[in-house]
Amino acid sequence: MKEGWKGPLEKIDDYRWRIPKSYQPGMRVPGMVYADEKLLKDIEKEQSLNQVANVAVLPGIVKHSLAMPDIHWGYGFCIGGVAATDIEAGGVISPGGVGFDINCGVRLMRTDLELAEVQARLTELVNGLFANVPCGVGVGGKIKTAGKDEENLLIKGARWAVERGCGWKEDLEVTEECGALKGADPSKLSERALERGRNQAGTLGSGNHFVEIQVIDEIYDERICSQLNLARGLITVMIHSGSRGLGYQVCDDYAKSMVRSLSKYNISVPDRQLACVPVNSPEGKSYIGAMACAANYAWANRQCLMHLTRKVFERIFNKGPKKLGMDLIYDVAHNIAKFERHKINGKEKLLCVHRKGATRAFPAGHRDIPPAYKEIGQPVIIPGDMGRNSYLLVGTEKAMEETFGTVCHGAGRVMSRTAAVRSIKSWVLEKELKDKGIVVRAKGRATLAEEAPQAYKNINDVVNVVHKAGIGKKVCRMRPLGVIKG
Amino acid sequence: MIEDRSTYPNGHDQLKAHILTGTNNSKPKSRGYELIDHTADIGIKAYGKNLKKLFVNAACGMFGILADLKNVRKEKEVEIKLEAPDVEELFLLWLGELLYQLNGKGIILKEFLIEELTGKRLVARVTGEKLNLKRHCLKTEIKAVTYHGLKVRKIKDAWQAEVIFDV
Repeated sequence: MKEGWKGPLEKIDDYRWRIPKSYQPGMRVPGMVYADEKLLKDIEKEQSLNQVANVAVLPGIVKHSLAMPDIHWGYGFCIGGVAATDIEAGGVISPGGVGFDINCGVRLMRTDLELAEVQARLTELVNGLFANVPCGVGVGGKIKTAGKDEENLLIKGARWAVERGCGWKEDLEVTEECGALKGADPSKLSERALERGRNQAGTLGSGNHFVEIQVIDEIYDERICSQLNLARGLITVMIHSGSRGLGYQVCDDYAKSMVRSLSKYNISVPDRQLACVPVNSPEGKSYIGAMACAANYAWANRQCLMHLTRKVFERIFNKGPKKLGMDLIYDVAHNIAKFERHKINGKEKLLCVHRKGATRAFPAGHRDIPPAYKEIGQPVIIPGDMGRNSYLLVGTEKAMEETFGTVCHGAGRVMSRTAAVRSIKSWVLEKELKDKGIVVRAKGRATLAEEAPQAYKNINDVVNVVHKAGIGKKVCRMRPLGVIKG
Repeated sequence: MIEDRSTYPNGHDQLKAHILTGTNNSKPKSRGYELIDHTADIGIKAYGKNLKKLFVNAACGMFGILADLKNVRKEKEVEIKLEAPDVEELFLLWLGELLYQLNGKGIILKEFLIEELTGKRLVARVTGEKLNLKRHCLKTEIKAVTYHGLKVRKIKDAWQAEVIFDV
């Protein structure tokens, strides 16, 4: 099943590569891949470029089928894939272009704490997080919801959590969409989806989801850092999680129903996981209402997880989170479809932008940026792997021109989970990380090996492409100190 | 009519050996399934001398990825009835339904009895127990069964299927 790429790839410059429209019948636009020669060596070993070409057949797709430098083999869309469709021209929406974990995303919180203070209590902190943040396969949370309460959560998103005392209203101001997509319609969710949402609010999940304590170790833009109250040696916390079972069920339900609707709209796709319907169709509108619910669930979830994290810091440092300066910098979605206005051939159009394993990156001055960040651009949070770095960037005008205001979402895998488990021993890895000063705790036996740094591309290479191609601008870099995983 | 009990009630041990020794391609037919290396996710290739056997082996493969089934008791039985337009969709519904028993209902399964199976309809009774994290070890979360690369086909006198899970 694993065959390398044999198709054409035209070099545009050192960071941009095109898959011509002629590569495959039915491609409506070319593919465009952001990568350098080093990253391409791994990318070409698998099928992700085929997936970029497959996405180019979607009805209404405009400009390019895009892939970010963290591109890797997914299902339907590649991970790191971006596709925008023109709604007025019959453009489609595809649950496969959003992914199962709807609004899987990441948030970054700053603190006033400095490296030495946290290093002295690091093991205690990581153990505290591990004990208080529900994580791991099959683990539910203490926050139970049902009936009207669950409906409220699905409509209000992160605000639901804040109204329950899990956070501050300022958190909402710096969350993408203020933590709630409009148009959420709980009546579009199956009973199964609702059932799966009832006991998972405030749970981390498993796999690549984490809470990570980090230190800022490199500054690239002093001006932006000082506006964000960030400085070298300060401690940050990153939280990566999504919409849990509720979101998976929404994608599952709608992917199935859209496969059955393909013939109704006379759409043919090379992979059933790309099943889609016109945005303006009844089926499309139902999915949009359901997807917004799942996105809001994810924002509520990350808000709850941040609250639990703040409480652990409060207990260990015996100081409230406000006094510790634990302000949210930003929260971004990685798996989502959004309705945005972009210029296509000089004309502004309303597009449905699918980002699957990709981050919105709007430039300074854009109307959808929080007032506090209007001058600097939207913060973009790019987690790496647990042994290397993570980055904070801001969006640029060039991203608006070229990528619908989008950059990568992480490092991207290079090794399958089975291959990682085969070749890496969890206990050896744990010791290696410990020797580097990184404390890790994981619930799953295989999680550590699956998530080992070797299983990922080097985040420094990936972010470098984004920065050098001009679609994102580096602000600062963080180094991990302590990580909990499910 | 009840037949086709799983030949691998303890799928986990085979899977574990399989992962640790890296013997993906050795005698897959005797095991009933093998793992597919997929960069982001994980998949299985299942085999069966008939369609029922194929569906059972795929179920064992999936639960082998999900959990250590050693301590799972046969206390709870669930009846599953499914209909689909074709055999591939039926296969996807089958695995999806079993996954829902774990992720939605909290029931961990270890035995799969297929009572009736045509290309479009399936009736089965599956057995396991309520998940208890003090006794059961869940290994990996499978979020969903995907359509990507989904294949169910008859090759000569046996059946084969390929499926990728989102993990």
